[in-house]
Amino acid sequence: MPNRPMPEFPELDTQPFWDAAKRRELAYQTCSDCNEVVFYPRAHCTKCGSLDTTWHTSSGAGTVYTYSVVRQNRSPHFADLGAYAVAYVDLDEGFRMLTNVVGVDNPTTDVQVGMRVQVEFEDQEGGEYPIPVFRPA
Amino acid sequence: MANQRREAAIVGIHEWPKRVDKDVSSLQIKAASIHRALDDAGLQWSDVDALYDANDGEGGGGLGLSAYLNIRPTVIDTTQVGGSSYEFQAAHAMRDIAAGKANVAVLSYGSKAATQRIPIGTGGRGGGGSWQTNMEVPYGSTLISNYAMVAHRHMHEYGTTSEQLAEISVATRHHAMRNPEAVQAMKDLQFQGVQEISVADVLDSRMIADPLHLLECCMVSDGGGALVITSADVARGTKKPPVWLIGSGEATKYRTNDGDITVSAGAQSAPIAFGQAEVTPAEIDIAMIYDSFTITVAVCLEDLGFCKKGEVGDYVSGGRLRFDAEGGPALNTDGGGLSSNHPGMRGLFLLLESVRQLRGESTSQVPDAKLAVAHGNGGLLGGSHTGGTVILAAE
Repeated sequence: MPNRPMPEFPELDTQPFWDAAKRRELAYQTCSDCNEVVFYPRAHCTKCGSLDTTWHTSSGAGTVYTYSVVRQNRSPHFADLGAYAVAYVDLDEGFRMLTNVVGVDNPTTDVQVGMRVQVEFEDQEGGEYPIPVFRPA
Repeated sequence: MANQRREAAIVGIHEWPKRVDKDVSSLQIKAASIHRALDDAGLQWSDVDALYDANDGEGGGGLGLSAYLNIRPTVIDTTQVGGSSYEFQAAHAMRDIAAGKANVAVLSYGSKAATQRIPIGTGGRGGGGSWQTNMEVPYGSTLISNYAMVAHRHMHEYGTTSEQLAEISVATRHHAMRNPEAVQAMKDLQFQGVQEISVADVLDSRMIADPLHLLECCMVSDGGGALVITSADVARGTKKPPVWLIGSGEATKYRTNDGDITVSAGAQSAPIAFGQAEVTPAEIDIAMIYDSFTITVAVCLEDLGFCKKGEVGDYVSGGRLRFDAEGGPALNTDGGGLSSNHPGMRGLFLLLESVRQLRGESTSQVPDAKLAVAHGNGGLLGGSHTGGTVILAAE
């Protein structure tokens, strides 16, 4: 089972996102005044500065915006993963998140810019939060 | 150039010659480099009235360094924006001197990244706990993979190839082989083959984070240096011809939901700098661009206006960036971070080599070089980063 580094708390902006992850929901915000999609989570709208935002649950469907395959990482947390794909994924609701693309035989050849992916929540050996990652849709 | 102003100049420089140096501390590198840079200018320790420090590891910023040096500056600046800190600090010194707040400003840098074996590119990038890191630490995105994601998107959108990016490594190594300090650096850091390299050599080197190969990544070295910036009045009495600071620009960029990752902060900072200097990229002789990785140079060449967005692959082909080639600026003529030194924050060296070129002192000298641009990129090119652009002119 993976043993990724965990988010650390107290951290007030991201706590609701990770609380939702425990429920296996991918959460994001919109501005209640101007409808801007706000991500990473914050207590203000990143377009108009409004302090009134609303939480939603994403469908978890998205597209790989770009990616890389990490061959070398000194962190012991990733030693067992072998070569793995990090990516920015554009969710259909209009937000972009850093993540990993999993569930492919060979990340070097099997991950492509523009490919469709779907979120899944990966349980971890240590720590209380399942981590949202993506696999080919 | 009706309004171009020449109010501040670099008049003294020193670059720490050794890239692996067990017998000196980072702070000792700073103090000794300041001493030698002041000597290069013909100025005294007691002349310094403005101090800039990036508060990197040792040093303690403007306060800590002033206490260590035992000077009492009346302009104190602790700007820390990663590798671009020194372009920002030079811009601030230029502004502070123009405002009459300072006459003799000192910037310095010292780092033991090689002897301390700091894994800058492949480390775990620390823990979580902030609004950004809590969203990123679970994914193991090393610094190199962050830059690599920019490269993949550039390739996808514009058809850029690894062969084209490799041209940047090849040109830079060509310059390094002419610089004895860079040659010694590569020997001391146990490079496999201290020699000219080809595009094929770059593509044959091992992949670190797709699509970036080993020879597209900067080294991790020790090093540092210092430079002295003075007012026009002081510059008239110094030992060597002044190198004028004629324009500067600063900008930030970061991940946004609909941002274009192939555009860096340089797209915002460079037009401000060129506008203030009243010169165009076509007039630039020397391009000192932060070469953490090949893709950093590629994106910044576009964003600084040397070619259009997406066209850098063709632009860099055929050796255009070599100091002895026609049709383009000479790139990183000291050998760059790829092949001369990279102790973690390379921005100072971009200014030092610009000065050497405009004085006629480079080991890959461009005849009659008149204008240089130093562009620092700090942070993560595919995430939060800064761009600092400084335009320099010969006397």
